[in-house]
Amino acid sequence: MLISMNWISEFTDLSGINLRELIDRFTLSCAEVEDIYEYGKNIRDVVVGKIVEIREHPGSKKLHLVKVDIGTEIVDCVCGAPNIFVGAVVPFAKPGGQVGDLEIKETKIAGEISRGMCCSEKELGISDDHSGVMLLDDIYPLGTDIKSFMQLEDTIFEVDNKSLTNRPDLWGHYGIAREISVLTKRPLKPLDLYNTEQFDNLAKVDVKIEDAEKCFRYSCITVSDIKVKKSPINMKIRLTYCGMRPINLLADLTNYLMLELGQPMHAFDNKKVSKIRVKTYPETISFRTLDGHDRRVDSETLLICDEKEPVAIAGIMGGELTEITDETDSLLLESANFDATSIRKSSTRLGLRTDASARYEKSLDPELTVPAIKRFLKLLVEIDPAVKVTSALTDCYAKRFDKIKIDFDKAYVDKCTGIDISSDQIEETLTLLGFEVSRKADAFSVVVPSWRATKDVTIKADIIEEITRIYGYDNFDVYSVKSLLIPVRHNIAQSNEYRIKQLLAERYAMNEVHSYIWYDSKLNKELGIVTEPNVRIINSITAENDTIRSTMIPTLLGFVARNADSESEMGMFEIGRVVEGYREDGLCNERKRLGIVIASKRMTEREVYFKCKEIIEQTMRSVKNIAPRFEIKEELAKYNYVHPVNCASIWLKDVEIGFFSVINPRIKNRIDKKLNIAFAEIDIENMEKLAAEPVVFNEVSRYPGVTIDLSLLVDKNLRYEHIASYISEYKCEYLQKYYPVDVFEDEKLLPGKKSVTVRFEFISKDRTLELAEVQAMVDELLKLLEDEGIELRK
Amino acid sequence: MFENLEKIKQQFNEELNRVESKDELERVRVAFLGKKGLVTDALKGLRDLSAEDKKTFGMQVNVLKNEIEEAIVEYQKKIEEQEYLKEINNAPRYDFSIPSDKPLGSLHPITIVQKQIEDIFKTMGFIIEDGLEVQTEYNNFEAVNIPKNHPARDMTDTYYLENGQLLKTHTSAAQNAIMRKYGAPKPGEYLKALFPGRCFRNESIDASHENTFFQMEGMMIGEDISISNLIYFMKVLLTEVFQRDVKVRLRPGFFPFVEPGFELDINCLICGGSGCPTCKHSGWLELLPCGMIHPNVLRMGGIDPDKYTGFAFGLGLTRLAMMKYNIKDIRVFNSGNLKQLRQFTI
Repeated sequence: MLISMNWISEFTDLSGINLRELIDRFTLSCAEVEDIYEYGKNIRDVVVGKIVEIREHPGSKKLHLVKVDIGTEIVDCVCGAPNIFVGAVVPFAKPGGQVGDLEIKETKIAGEISRGMCCSEKELGISDDHSGVMLLDDIYPLGTDIKSFMQLEDTIFEVDNKSLTNRPDLWGHYGIAREISVLTKRPLKPLDLYNTEQFDNLAKVDVKIEDAEKCFRYSCITVSDIKVKKSPINMKIRLTYCGMRPINLLADLTNYLMLELGQPMHAFDNKKVSKIRVKTYPETISFRTLDGHDRRVDSETLLICDEKEPVAIAGIMGGELTEITDETDSLLLESANFDATSIRKSSTRLGLRTDASARYEKSLDPELTVPAIKRFLKLLVEIDPAVKVTSALTDCYAKRFDKIKIDFDKAYVDKCTGIDISSDQIEETLTLLGFEVSRKADAFSVVVPSWRATKDVTIKADIIEEITRIYGYDNFDVYSVKSLLIPVRHNIAQSNEYRIKQLLAERYAMNEVHSYIWYDSKLNKELGIVTEPNVRIINSITAENDTIRSTMIPTLLGFVARNADSESEMGMFEIGRVVEGYREDGLCNERKRLGIVIASKRMTEREVYFKCKEIIEQTMRSVKNIAPRFEIKEELAKYNYVHPVNCASIWLKDVEIGFFSVINPRIKNRIDKKLNIAFAEIDIENMEKLAAEPVVFNEVSRYPGVTIDLSLLVDKNLRYEHIASYISEYKCEYLQKYYPVDVFEDEKLLPGKKSVTVRFEFISKDRTLELAEVQAMVDELLKLLEDEGIELRK
Repeated sequence: MFENLEKIKQQFNEELNRVESKDELERVRVAFLGKKGLVTDALKGLRDLSAEDKKTFGMQVNVLKNEIEEAIVEYQKKIEEQEYLKEINNAPRYDFSIPSDKPLGSLHPITIVQKQIEDIFKTMGFIIEDGLEVQTEYNNFEAVNIPKNHPARDMTDTYYLENGQLLKTHTSAAQNAIMRKYGAPKPGEYLKALFPGRCFRNESIDASHENTFFQMEGMMIGEDISISNLIYFMKVLLTEVFQRDVKVRLRPGFFPFVEPGFELDINCLICGGSGCPTCKHSGWLELLPCGMIHPNVLRMGGIDPDKYTGFAFGLGLTRLAMMKYNIKDIRVFNSGNLKQLRQFTI
């Protein structure tokens, strides 16, 4: 919103005040000022001149040679305006003067000397009217500097509208002036209002509010015999500077009042309306607003109607049929108050936001409607003294806001602020802001002024804001809390997450990524990835991505596909959320998961498979000191990107925590045939069900051990875990550990079989083992294995 | 006999001078000191001597033996030194300018910035909490004082799910759960929590808009938390975050979950406050919203607002990461583009 300092100074004295400093204080205490504009400084030496002679320009049809009397002399100038006539009084820029960016100099235009310029309103920066030169009233001595009667010079500051959302009182100059008067501690002048009580004996306008939930107050009055059509120059200047386009006197006055008091007003042509009914229609209707658009107005939207039909969309925009025109000489002036939510929602449904609706949706003070009418009349009568008021001021007040009374004491203020603001200062601040303050020593009871009582100030904490913002946050003494020394218990699960991330990044050179919580259905389709039905978003603006992911793998595979053009070796991981359907209580079953994907052209499928498995094992050992187990899980085949055979579920002890797999060949071929891909997903919360195993320290034997490698011939598809379980049957105190060191497969040499070399380490804690006794142990072990059909490879 | 020793000594010196390698030296050692060496041999004549001579001769042989041993050790050192120099001279020259090609992985820029800030808060005794991404309307709105029909509900374009839940629009959605989890602090203690999280807004994406972004929110509740504490705390925090002295200023700002609410500005990081295009020549950058927790929010969290006060503040993690790394396009974060993301090696 644009605020004029000249306008403000009508309500509070700004003399001798540094405006820049004042604006800075306003930002810190009231609302953010985004920009400051200086107007009129670039208009110099423009004086009142009268055209005394007009001749044809010999070289141009459009231009004229004009003589202008500027009091001290008569000046020649070349003028192209179509509306000039002898006797016209115009603003004339003298040589050496300035009009906007234009320096005025004696010059030749199409061969003729020109010593100045007749100016249009647009050139002076006071409206966008460039149809001809500006015509002045013939009341000023010729040669008078126009700045002596035109308020061209002004400082305009722009307040961020967002920072005013909760301050309905700051949507007009008077409210801003009130804040400034508090900051400067200078009095706020009362509004100069018209006495309407003199018309109380006239008939009232027939008004009925039929929907008191949506319309709180409707005030109006009728006026006739309006003759003046054009607004005074200075009113036009203010409107223009504050971002409104001057139109005609009546339209300008309603806008002027809105900018001055924040109260939107509407002027109907009184010849075109009779009897006001404020109501909704039972069905959706079509209504043409004054901007010429036909709008669908639904049954929730409040309308201003007369006897026959709607005449305005309440609080948003008037209708075309009853609009004031240049012919209008009598009006019905509306000044009303509507429910903020209703206006906001109607305005959203209509897709129509106006200066009026923007104000109404902030919850305006209903006490403003009557002063606004009185102020309008005061200004109108000053401009057009012959107008007649033809009705009593009519005021339907359907719903009042409750008076808000707040009790508090200085101790409460001290506690909230942490500093000592004196009771006198509290009283002064609140009084200046318009609160009715009753005070007994340090106990306060205040009544919130009507302009702050619609939603903004309701509780004690709001009073703290009023006191402190005026006190100034820059003036606060700041200090730390007095805190006891108490150890903070840190969340192990959280540090584990970071450890996992660091391990994957640093040890496995993987890259952490973030993917969306929903599936990219288009990409999934391209890749042939089928995702199961899951919880959906009902209002996504990208409707194709409305399904929440239940596993992270598809989004990670999507990243592999996107990078496949330029990357041949990839390792990506993400810790993020998925939703696995609904819980029993109907809420989403949100899970935190670790997703891992590796893709490589260098490694074989077998290698990426084992790399992925290694990553899982190392990660679990790192954070849990537990070696994970793997199990066949046929259900995993429900994901069509999982490899039906080379996949497994992951377990920590007896808790299932996830799965890993090689990519299904069908999907692989869509991404890149040469790219071998494996992925894993681990449920972090399930993983965290288990505490980390403690490290158990074992005394190391001082005697040398014996290591023996045995190559065992087994069925090709027998997994090592089975061999290990057979070995574990062999109880021997000296067998310290055993592990596979090599797997050899050769269809020709070992048809249907494979050779698994297992290394056995025998050691005693108290002596050196004899080779012969170890051999006896090995023989015993082999015999046990032979019983399971496992032989030593010869 | 005695002349013989002199001869052995002479012979030894001659042979030693011809030695060029360790092997040759060993041969010389054996030739003189070995079991069948000349010195050992010389001792064989001992039994033919008188007791007197035996003693003298024995001593002289020992002297010779020691001399030879010492000479050999000396000579061995010399040869080792020569061999060492030879090895060094012939050593290959490794080219340190060849880069090693083992890549280091990367963390997501959000993770890095989040960790940095979490660490600062941990040193100040904050617990780190983690809220859900899918929230109830109650937690996201009602519980933080945004009742139905509140304009804030229109302002935030919320993703709603089929069951009436929503994707959280701000980290404040976790406030209620955290207050309920820990309850009001004991006398003299504070509830200090930091809760980072991923938030969602139903809007179109471009270089400066994302529908998925990270925020971080913190709060501190106790019996005597004041605005003064809030300002102090924010100054300390931001000085740590930006690793330099930071000037802050507070302006009134409206957020439903705080009262009074503030916009906190810091002096511009680019120009230091003198005015530049980044701060629109104001010298200040709007950084974060903060304020005293609204009594309604405390009450709904089960904490008595007449007894306790608290402050809360929000930090745009994504925005902070953009500032830190000078990332101009917000889409980098969720792109999964390895060319971009692998640069964040910490």
